[in-house]
Amino acid sequence: MPLVPTEEQEMLRQTAREFVTEHTPVKHLRALRDSKDPVGYSTEIWKRMGELGWTGITLPEEYGGSGLGYAELGIILEECGRTLTPEPLLASVVLAAEALALGGSEDQKRELLPRVCSAEQTLALAFQESGRFHPYRTATTATSTNDGYRISGSKQFVLNGHMADHLIVVARTSGAEFDRSGLSLFLVDPGSAGVEVTRLSMVDSRNSARVVLSGAEVPAANLLGAVGDGATILDPLFDRATAAVCAEMLGSASEAFERTVEYLKTREQFGCRIGSFQALKHRAALMFCELELSRSIVADVLSAIDEQREELPTLVCTAKARLSDTAALVSREAIQMHGGIGMTDEEEIGFFLKRARTAELFLGDARYHRDRFAALQGF
Amino acid sequence: MSDLEEFRRETRDWLEANCPPSRRRLRDGEVAPAWGTPELYEEVERWKKLICDKGWSAPSWPREYAGGGLSTAEARVLAQEMARLGCVPPVGGFGIHLLGPVLLEFGNEDQKRRFLPDIVHGRVNWCQGYSEPGAGSDLAALQTRAELDGDEYVINGQKIWTTSAHLADWIFCLVRTDPEAAKHDGISFILFDMKSPGVSVSPIQLISGASDFCQVFFDNVRAKAENLVGEKNGGWTIAKRLLQHERSGLSGMMGGGASGSKPPKSGKRQVPTFRGMADAAEPYLGRDEHGRLADARLRDEIVQLEMDGICFGLTMKRSSEAAKAGQGPGHTVSMAKYYASESNKRRQELMVSIMGNRSLGWEGEGFDPAELDQARSWLRSKGNSIEGGTSEIQLNVIAKRVLGLPD
Repeated sequence: MPLVPTEEQEMLRQTAREFVTEHTPVKHLRALRDSKDPVGYSTEIWKRMGELGWTGITLPEEYGGSGLGYAELGIILEECGRTLTPEPLLASVVLAAEALALGGSEDQKRELLPRVCSAEQTLALAFQESGRFHPYRTATTATSTNDGYRISGSKQFVLNGHMADHLIVVARTSGAEFDRSGLSLFLVDPGSAGVEVTRLSMVDSRNSARVVLSGAEVPAANLLGAVGDGATILDPLFDRATAAVCAEMLGSASEAFERTVEYLKTREQFGCRIGSFQALKHRAALMFCELELSRSIVADVLSAIDEQREELPTLVCTAKARLSDTAALVSREAIQMHGGIGMTDEEEIGFFLKRARTAELFLGDARYHRDRFAALQGF
Repeated sequence: MSDLEEFRRETRDWLEANCPPSRRRLRDGEVAPAWGTPELYEEVERWKKLICDKGWSAPSWPREYAGGGLSTAEARVLAQEMARLGCVPPVGGFGIHLLGPVLLEFGNEDQKRRFLPDIVHGRVNWCQGYSEPGAGSDLAALQTRAELDGDEYVINGQKIWTTSAHLADWIFCLVRTDPEAAKHDGISFILFDMKSPGVSVSPIQLISGASDFCQVFFDNVRAKAENLVGEKNGGWTIAKRLLQHERSGLSGMMGGGASGSKPPKSGKRQVPTFRGMADAAEPYLGRDEHGRLADARLRDEIVQLEMDGICFGLTMKRSSEAAKAGQGPGHTVSMAKYYASESNKRRQELMVSIMGNRSLGWEGEGFDPAELDQARSWLRSKGNSIEGGTSEIQLNVIAKRVLGLPD
C-alpha cells in the first residue's frame, strides 16, 4: 500500500484543513478554556463534523458510518492536531465507538452506533486507573448479580467522560489486578445510581473525567463481548487508538515546527534574523528529519490497520515511540526557540507543548512502547 | 501483453539462462565455484562480457556509446529483474555511476566516443580527484593548478581521499585554470591517465587500519587539452552535478529497512521480524529469568535502533514513491545521508557496548574474525559522518534549501 496519499486523500486533507482553520483554530480551544465552558467543545461544530461524516469515519456504513479506513481517519486527525481541535473524535469515535464495533453484539451496535455516527450522542471508554498506562491494570470489579453485574471502582482520565451519553467501563470479573484475562467491558449509563462523574482540568484543556463507581448496577445485556475476555477487544482497540493519536501528534508537531521556523525567519536580534544562526539552523534541520521519519511511520501504521497486517502491534509500538520522541523534541525546541515570548500564555505555542505531553503519555509513552516492541519480538 | 511486459519476460528469460550461479542468488541445491578458483574467475569474466555486450552495465546510456539504449521504464524493469534473481552487477565504480552521466551531459561528441565504451565494458578504472588538504567541505577552495602549454595542461598540486587511486587507470580531476577569477569561476574538470609521468600515489592508513583512500601528487603532469570536459573554467557546475549523482547513489545503498527485516518470499507473505540486533546481542548479554534479553538499558537502545531503521526504510520508500508520482520532496538525499551515517555510528557504538572488550581486539589471537571486524567497523564508522559531505554540511543544506532559513 502506498505511503504517498492518493488524490482523494489529498482532497480530504484540503477539506479537513479548511474546516479546522475556519472553525477550530487554536483560539477556539483558548476561548473554551478561558470561559471554563461546561462542555469543553462546541456541540455546534460537533454536529457539523457529523455532517461531514467525521463522527463515523471508520464505523461501518450499515450503522451510518462512512466505512472509510484508518488512512482517512489519520488525515482528519492530523489536521485536527494542527489546530489542537478539542472536539472528541479520538475519545468518542476512535476509542469508545470502536470498542463497540469490535466487540459489541448486533443489538448493541444497532442501538448506539448510528447515534454516534450522526453526532447525536458521544461515548467514552473508562479504562485507566493509574498515572502511567497499563493495558490491563484494573482493580475495578464487576460481580454477578441476579440480572446483571455490580461494578465498583475508580476510573481516571476518562476522555470525554463528563459529556458522554454512555460509558464503556473496563472492570474485572476475575483475575488479579495486572492480569490480561478476567477483564470485561460494560455499557454504563453515567446518570445511573452509583456512578459519580467529576470533570478533571488537565493542562491540555481537553476533556477528561474521574468516574467513581460504587455498586453501580448494569443489566446483563450491557456486557460487551464475552465475560472475562475483554482483552480480545482491548488489544486491537488500543493498537488502533494509539495509531490514531500518532496521526494527531504528527499534525501538532508539524504545526509547532512550522510556526517555529517562521519565527526563526522573522525574529531579529543582533541586526539579523535569528534563523541565520547555525546552531538554530542545525536544530531545525534535525527536527525536520525527525518529522519526516514520523510522517512515514504514521502512514505505514495506518495502512497496516487497513490491510490487517500481522505485524501491526510492532508497528504501533514503533509509531508511538517515534511520535512521542518527536513531539517531545519539537515542543521543547519550539518554546526554547521562541524565547521569552514562548513562555507567555498569550502566545499559542505553549498550547502545543501541553498537548504534546498529554498525547505522549496517552496509551503508553516511548519507554512503554519500546519495551513492548522487544517483548513482541521475543527479546 | 504490452511492450514493457514483453521486455520484462525476455529480460527475465535471458537473465535466468545467462547469469552464472556465482553471480546471483543460488537456487536450492546449487553450488557456486569457490573463492579464488579458475572456475569462479571464468564465471566472473563470462558474466561481465555477456552483460557488457548488451550494454546493460549502463542500461540507459545511448547505444552509440555502447550503452543499453533502454528507456527509464525498461531500465527499471531490468533492475527489478536483476534484483529478483539477486544478480551481481558486473561493472560498478566511478566510471559508470559518476563520470559517465556527467560526460553524457557535458562532454563533447569526441569525448563521449573515446571514453564511454571503455566505461561500459569495465576496461578502465577511474578515480575521483576532488578533495585536497585545504579543500574538504570547502571544495571550491581547491588549489591544484592547470596551466595551458600548447595543446596540453601542466598540472601541479595534490589530491587527498582519492578512493582506489592506487588501482585506477585514469582520473577525473578538478583543477584551477584561472587563479585570478572568483573561487567558483576558475575551476575546470579534466581527465588524464594515472600512468602519466609526475603522478604519484600513496595510500592512507586510517584509525581503522588499511583503506582504499590515497593521496595523489601531481608534479608537472601533462594532460591533453582535448580531455577538458565542458567549458574551461566551467568545471564547478560539472563538479556539483557529479556530487549529486554521488549522494543519490549513497542514499540508494542505504535504503534498506530494519536489521532483521526479511523480504517476503513469493507466495504467502512472510511477517517481517525485527530481531537482528537482539539476536547478535544474545550471546553477549544472555537472557534473564523472564526470557528477556538481560540488561534492560541496552535492550532499550537496541529497540531504538531497530525502530529508527524501520522509520528510515519507510522514509526512503515514501521518498521514492513521491519521486515516481512526480511529487519530489526534494533534498531527501541530504536527510538520507545525514540520518544513515549517524544511525550507523550509533549502531557501531551499541555493538561495542554489547560485546564489551570482545569488540576491542585489534588483531590476532583471542578474538573471532567477526569480533575483530567489529572494532574496525566501529572505528571506520566515525568517517561516515565526514565523507560524502559532513553531517554539518547536510544539516546546512536542509536548513537552507528545504526550510529556507536565511544566510
